[in-house]
Amino acid sequence: MSKLNQLSLREAAEGLKKKKFSSVELTKNCLEQIDKADKQINAFITLDKTALNQAKEADGRIASGNDSPLLGIPIALKDLFLTKDLRTTAASKILENYIPVYDATVVRKLKEAGVVILGKLNHDAWGHGASGENTNFGPTKNPWNKDYVPGGSSSGSAASVSSDMCIAATGTDTGGSSRLPAAFCNVVGLKPTYGRVSRYGIIAMSSSLDSIGHLTKTVEDSALFLNITAGNDPQDPTTPNIPVPDYTKSLGKSIKGVKIGVPREYTTEVGGLDTEILSLFEKTLKELHKLGVEIKEISLKHTEYANACYYVIQPAEVSSNLARYDGIRYGSARQNFGEEAKRRIMLGTFTLSAGYYDAYYKKAMQVRTLIKNDFEKAFNEVDAIITPVSPTPPWKIGEKIDDPLKMYLSDIFTVTANLAGIPGLSVPSGFTKNNLPTGIQILGPQFSEERLFQVGYAYEQATRFFERKPNL
Amino acid sequence: MTPVIGLETHVELKTNSKMFCGCSADYFGQKPNTHTCPVCLGLPGALPVPNKTAIEWCVMLGMALNCDIPQFSKFDRKNYFYPDLPKGYQISQYDKPFCVNGNITLQNGKRIGITRVHMEEDTGKLIHENVSGEDVTLIDFNRSGVPLVEIVTQPDFDNAKDVIDYLKKLQQIVRYLGVSNADMEKGDMRLEPNISLRKNAEKELPKYKVEVKNINSFSFVEKAINYEIKRQTEILNDGKTPIQETRGWNQAKQKTVTQRVKEEASDYRYFPEPDIPPIHWTKSQISNLKFQIGELPEEKFKRFERDYVLSNYDAEILTRETTLADYFEETVDLGKKHGLSAKQVANQIINKKTEIDKILPAQLILEIIKLTVKEDIDKDKLRKIVKEVLEKNPKIRNDYKAGKKNVLQFAIGAAMSMVGKKIDTKELIKIIMEELK
Repeated sequence: MSKLNQLSLREAAEGLKKKKFSSVELTKNCLEQIDKADKQINAFITLDKTALNQAKEADGRIASGNDSPLLGIPIALKDLFLTKDLRTTAASKILENYIPVYDATVVRKLKEAGVVILGKLNHDAWGHGASGENTNFGPTKNPWNKDYVPGGSSSGSAASVSSDMCIAATGTDTGGSSRLPAAFCNVVGLKPTYGRVSRYGIIAMSSSLDSIGHLTKTVEDSALFLNITAGNDPQDPTTPNIPVPDYTKSLGKSIKGVKIGVPREYTTEVGGLDTEILSLFEKTLKELHKLGVEIKEISLKHTEYANACYYVIQPAEVSSNLARYDGIRYGSARQNFGEEAKRRIMLGTFTLSAGYYDAYYKKAMQVRTLIKNDFEKAFNEVDAIITPVSPTPPWKIGEKIDDPLKMYLSDIFTVTANLAGIPGLSVPSGFTKNNLPTGIQILGPQFSEERLFQVGYAYEQATRFFERKPNL
Repeated sequence: MTPVIGLETHVELKTNSKMFCGCSADYFGQKPNTHTCPVCLGLPGALPVPNKTAIEWCVMLGMALNCDIPQFSKFDRKNYFYPDLPKGYQISQYDKPFCVNGNITLQNGKRIGITRVHMEEDTGKLIHENVSGEDVTLIDFNRSGVPLVEIVTQPDFDNAKDVIDYLKKLQQIVRYLGVSNADMEKGDMRLEPNISLRKNAEKELPKYKVEVKNINSFSFVEKAINYEIKRQTEILNDGKTPIQETRGWNQAKQKTVTQRVKEEASDYRYFPEPDIPPIHWTKSQISNLKFQIGELPEEKFKRFERDYVLSNYDAEILTRETTLADYFEETVDLGKKHGLSAKQVANQIINKKTEIDKILPAQLILEIIKLTVKEDIDKDKLRKIVKEVLEKNPKIRNDYKAGKKNVLQFAIGAAMSMVGKKIDTKELIKIIMEELK
């Protein structure tokens, strides 16, 4: 039998329920793996010393008949999620010693569901980055090849799940931060519809774009996780009161006859699309075709403006959201912000300034509406859209760190979903010749997560890339 | 030269909870930093949840000031750095305020335009203190996030007296609506006049503007405006232009002093608050709020004059505050059974300065009755006195014939003093009229 930490969430939950093993055993296995692997990967910033106690408590609840699907499951949290009494750093020196006084809503829900929190995960500080290198706690390595980046910003989340240090991990996705690292590490990453999951208690990056997601080993796990985190939160007025379905219900349903659009702007017309990514993507389309999917070429006309639009709106909101770390509280002066945060603060401050607002922020908001309309139109024709997650495979650590524009271009396929507020599911789609993982993303209309899980699950079960594990 | 004066007024609402969190908004006199939570402390991850009551009150205030209520409105972030502002921005409203285009009519009939009425949050409070020998600045966040409504007028005033009249009217309306105590001493109302001067012939607004910040008393506003008019007149008379700046009122020195010289336009980098979805009012929501507004001072005043046949003076006093007006109406209602007139009740309340929080209306009626018990007097004796008065004062008859009816008051007074005790004036007037015919 494989080690318990290698189980998927569903398998682990089943084992716990059938009392094949305890949460304490499962948690111990994860902690052992962290102990063994994290020296090389650097996925964790802080370990929660109470993990085994939490596991003991969970075992008690299991013994008393509680069968919540996440009960006793060891998970880890991106370090943007506030955890009461447990240090939360945003991977920045600015909050190096910050102990929150409250739990994020998602953390509270997960705790109530009985998860075991192993610790807090590394990421690009404040969520700024696509490589996991913009952190004050040292870059996270890709478990598939430690010379390569794991993708960001949820770098530690992807790397820890991929290397079986935890069963699942939370992530955030403002421009691709859950989907991109998931693709780079061969795990499943969800960016839910904007407002589907509460943002309360999660350190804000760009408030109109931030989506609270998670990274899991399988699509089914992703659905199980969303069952817990989704829903209206009275403390976040951007979470509408739309009922939360059982997201596992759509799993296993046939996708025969489902219409899936492939935007030509993402494949044939975009510069810089890696040939290997393109050929893997074509394989994906064939695979989907075999499953009975109707593939249709579509157009998302304003795609070429998306990145520009994103890199105006996002830094603008960043500059405002980071203003509170002013050196008066939190004990760290503003000069301790990293280069990337400083760059975004400057950029955002500039574009919001009098005389520039109309030319930048306002125009970007107008473009954002056009991008939204593009998707709305497209979803009149097709049920879902599929694209590569990233135009390139993972790159080497250090390769793009001095070229922010190049780094920003890796977001080019993912930012549109954030601008439009729609959900996206990143699913493993095979490996490059260098044995580096890649991923596809499935996009759907707002609040269509069930459909994404249905398509993702069918594709995943047909291709079974998730079964491959990195050699550590 | 003519003064051009506009006014910005901040009114703190007396909602139970703060603008964007559940903390108690009643901070006055409380131990520092006891009414706080992650939201009003601006802690990482915290999100604002707008206070529905505060928004409704803001809209109702706008309606009472004859504003239009646009169906679309939103909150914006006003970004600036100050230690009492924990988020680094204030949630306010920029280009889509809840209320626009209102007006208020002053006592003298002059109409003052209201540009806008919008909703925002208050800041924390800095306290400069010496703690164990060290000069320190402490921050109390109890006030942080308390709902504030800002009312901005057009630059329609040309003298301080009108400004004070406006402020009294505004304060009265706010209190009538019950949305704020508008207690100056507690900082419920903060006033910021902006003052400049133009040549009498000019139509355009002057090219500069001096703002006097954060005044917390009507009389200081009056003094500050008058001081500024004098100061600016002198500068202009020297052929210079006063600089555009923010000044403060120094009560000790009885003058305004420079606080900061403003850049062309202060750059608050406003942008739509992404944490709060925009507000779309339905027509029925708006009309429902309108329906909730009770009688406003102007209407009550007119009704008192008309229905209770009161003088302008009495009606004005009795309608200054709703508590007094309600007390009056209740007393009048009770007094009817005892044959008391509204005028009698009004006289008692106004002239005797009734302590309405100590004397119940029923008690007051007993007092009035006691005072109005009339002693009987022989009609013939009364007629004799009247005749005597008219003989001694032939002017009464002459004036009366000339149409000067006021002279009757004099006749009554003269007769009463000869009677020397309280009598029923109706009977007396009847006799005087008969004798004058």
